[in-house]
Amino acid sequence: MSDAPKVDKETGVETTGHSWDGIEELNSPLPRWWLWTFYLTIIWAIGYTIAYPAWPMVRGATEGVLGWSTRANVAADIEEHEALNADLANALVAADLTTLETGSDLLRYATSRGQAVFIANCSQCHGSGAAGVQAAGYPNLLDDAWLWGGEIDQIAYTVRHGIRNETDPDARWSEMPAFADIFSREETEAVVEYVYSLTSDDHDAALAETGSTLFLDNCAACHGDNAMGNPDLGAPNLSDAIWLYGGDRDTLTETVMNSRFGVMPAWGLRISEADVRAVSAYVHSLGGGE
Amino acid sequence: MDYFKLVALALVMLVSAIAADWGHDIAYRVHALIILAVAAGMFIWTLRRTDEPVGAAVTDTGYMDDVVRAGVIATAFWGVVGFLAGTFIAFQLAFPALNFDWGQPFTNFGRLRPLHTSAVIFAFGGNALIATSFYIVQRTSGVRLFGGKAAWFVFWGYQLFIVLAATGYLLGATQSKEYAEPEWYVDIWLTLVWVVYLIVFMGTIFTRKEKHIYVANWFLLSFIVTVAMLHIVNNLSIPVSIWGSKSVQVFAGVQDAMTQWWYGHNAVGFFLTAGFLGMMYYFVPKQAGRPVYSYKLSIIHFWALIFLYIWAGPHHLHYTALPDWASTLGMVFSIVLWMPSWGGMINGLMTLQGAWDKLRTDPIMRMFVISLGFYGMSTFEGPMMSIRAVNSLSHYTDWTIGHVHSGALGWNGMITFGALYFLTPRLWGRDKMYSMPAINWHFWLATIGIVLYAASMWVTGIMEGLMWREVDDQGFLVNSFADTVSAKFPMYVVRGLGGVMYLTGALIMVWNMWMTIRGAKPAVTPVPSATPAE
Repeated sequence: MSDAPKVDKETGVETTGHSWDGIEELNSPLPRWWLWTFYLTIIWAIGYTIAYPAWPMVRGATEGVLGWSTRANVAADIEEHEALNADLANALVAADLTTLETGSDLLRYATSRGQAVFIANCSQCHGSGAAGVQAAGYPNLLDDAWLWGGEIDQIAYTVRHGIRNETDPDARWSEMPAFADIFSREETEAVVEYVYSLTSDDHDAALAETGSTLFLDNCAACHGDNAMGNPDLGAPNLSDAIWLYGGDRDTLTETVMNSRFGVMPAWGLRISEADVRAVSAYVHSLGGGE
Repeated sequence: MDYFKLVALALVMLVSAIAADWGHDIAYRVHALIILAVAAGMFIWTLRRTDEPVGAAVTDTGYMDDVVRAGVIATAFWGVVGFLAGTFIAFQLAFPALNFDWGQPFTNFGRLRPLHTSAVIFAFGGNALIATSFYIVQRTSGVRLFGGKAAWFVFWGYQLFIVLAATGYLLGATQSKEYAEPEWYVDIWLTLVWVVYLIVFMGTIFTRKEKHIYVANWFLLSFIVTVAMLHIVNNLSIPVSIWGSKSVQVFAGVQDAMTQWWYGHNAVGFFLTAGFLGMMYYFVPKQAGRPVYSYKLSIIHFWALIFLYIWAGPHHLHYTALPDWASTLGMVFSIVLWMPSWGGMINGLMTLQGAWDKLRTDPIMRMFVISLGFYGMSTFEGPMMSIRAVNSLSHYTDWTIGHVHSGALGWNGMITFGALYFLTPRLWGRDKMYSMPAINWHFWLATIGIVLYAASMWVTGIMEGLMWREVDDQGFLVNSFADTVSAKFPMYVVRGLGGVMYLTGALIMVWNMWMTIRGAKPAVTPVPSATPAE
């Protein structure tokens, strides 16, 4: 190491005289703009920590002269939002859902609130466009087929109490038997062929004929003699080519043999009454509402 | 000595065989088998050499470069693995079918993502840091590495840590702390390796022949010491059983979150910033052939950087259960950190004073310069994103991912590529890299890849941030989460393409390194002797 500083030819700046593996260092001063920006950020930091909650003390921390607080801010935001729509929210809770007038402010409020409730709570299963997921048995809410009825107060009941859950004693409840224990293999095949024949021309007519007898004896009590279903029992219409789980022979066989047990939570226990009514209005407005 | 080693290895084999049998979970049992295999291999190797005459101690003169050569190869290897994993999971996000039903649960995004992050940060970045720090500290101290074969223990011990971590993720062993996923026994092993690393590095500095400690070594030492502290505190946990991988954190709730992000942010600060600044302070002046711009600046920005960085972690937890005061301090320290971070960029770029023409002629120099450019950009973006108002838009969005990658691909990646191009010919005794045009290709592929990556993530990040907060005139949310996911699809494809370009560049580099190493000149070159103080 040569300890004597020398002047660098390119820049005219002295080196420090240190050298490591041939690397030397110039003795350039700190760039002024760098230093002043650094000072500026420090001064700003001191000011900011006086204005806002910042320094931890023995008990609690300094609260800042502005009295700023994230909790207070979010509470104020929610309060402002609720105050803005308070009249409409009260009117919605008081209203008879079946008489909401088309084009009224209340209905518009209910559907936009309902959409917000839907995308936050319902879209996980029913899809953000409410088209459902057939592979998982989540019903499409856009079509005209309703398991438990598509009138607005029927929808509201379903939302409020849910389906086949253990948390609400008023939940909608129906339970199809698993026919694997009841039908023989051939009988299952025949019933499946009959159900399949209701919506498809491409079927074995003789087998379906056998199945129709079995259907009348075992299935018609819920699904009806003509397989049109019964919304009071949550029994799906099997003749409309709209399928909750799928209408091919394999899926129908699975349904007949092992049954299905789709569950929906009781939203009345989770969201406010106004939210229940709003989301019902929204779902009713989607196109399939009766 | 050999007998002692044989007994120790036999004990390790016995315990790991028992562990493989009694283990409560698959990850633990596979790890026990891996350790068993390693110990058995070493046992046989030691046994075969027992009582053989020890070769002449020729290796004790000059610098210890074998371990650096191994590190250079490991860096390139893990780099390709990490980039490949990253590109693959980028496409998984665009095309979820790539999660592969037949490969569940091993091939899903949740398990591959930590594989990617650990492979690039710890395997690629960590090997680059260990290899270059061993190279730099010897040359700037004028002595051989301290501790003899301990350096080899650091190298192989670290590779074992990587293999245990990576296989653990795939088999489902994780403590679910970002960048600190490995379970307790892997953490203990890494602690051991890291302490030996610290001893080798400090020992070399203590025995140096130079009067002063070079600035690169300040940064490297701060990196090693701080990472040890961060690693130990954030991984404090109690194993459920010594025969299983699961452990329980000693911190809970917001304390756990704060400890995690104190660790997480300083992994960025001390692993990916301070450590790589150490590399920068050696390779940039060497490649430019110019003195470091300002000694004063290096002192001031070093101390300011390491003092300020350690407090900035709370900015990862804005608008959470974290108290407001902690969030304010995290933000304030992040902003004051802006100039100290830029000190490194200024010192690097201004070192080129009088050598700017090399940017035209020297693609390796260009790599160093663009890495400093990305360093400057992401150390400006970081403080900006720590501002609460900005963070309320950017947090949880892809903007964060874009920010991290402009730093990781741009700064850490490019400077490592530059260092590999610098080291390969020197370590294997070649005049220069096999192909200079290939370096140029690598440079442009990587640069365009980063631009595609960062730009697409800015777009999707800001878009989804705006979509999440979009409300109608009555104050109700307009978009569902799934709406934002489907809106991001095109940008996810662009991001994946950026990854393909970056990966292609790295493959060209590996080819170039291979061709250089197997080049015509004999691989055995005179080992440069340790240069004493001039």
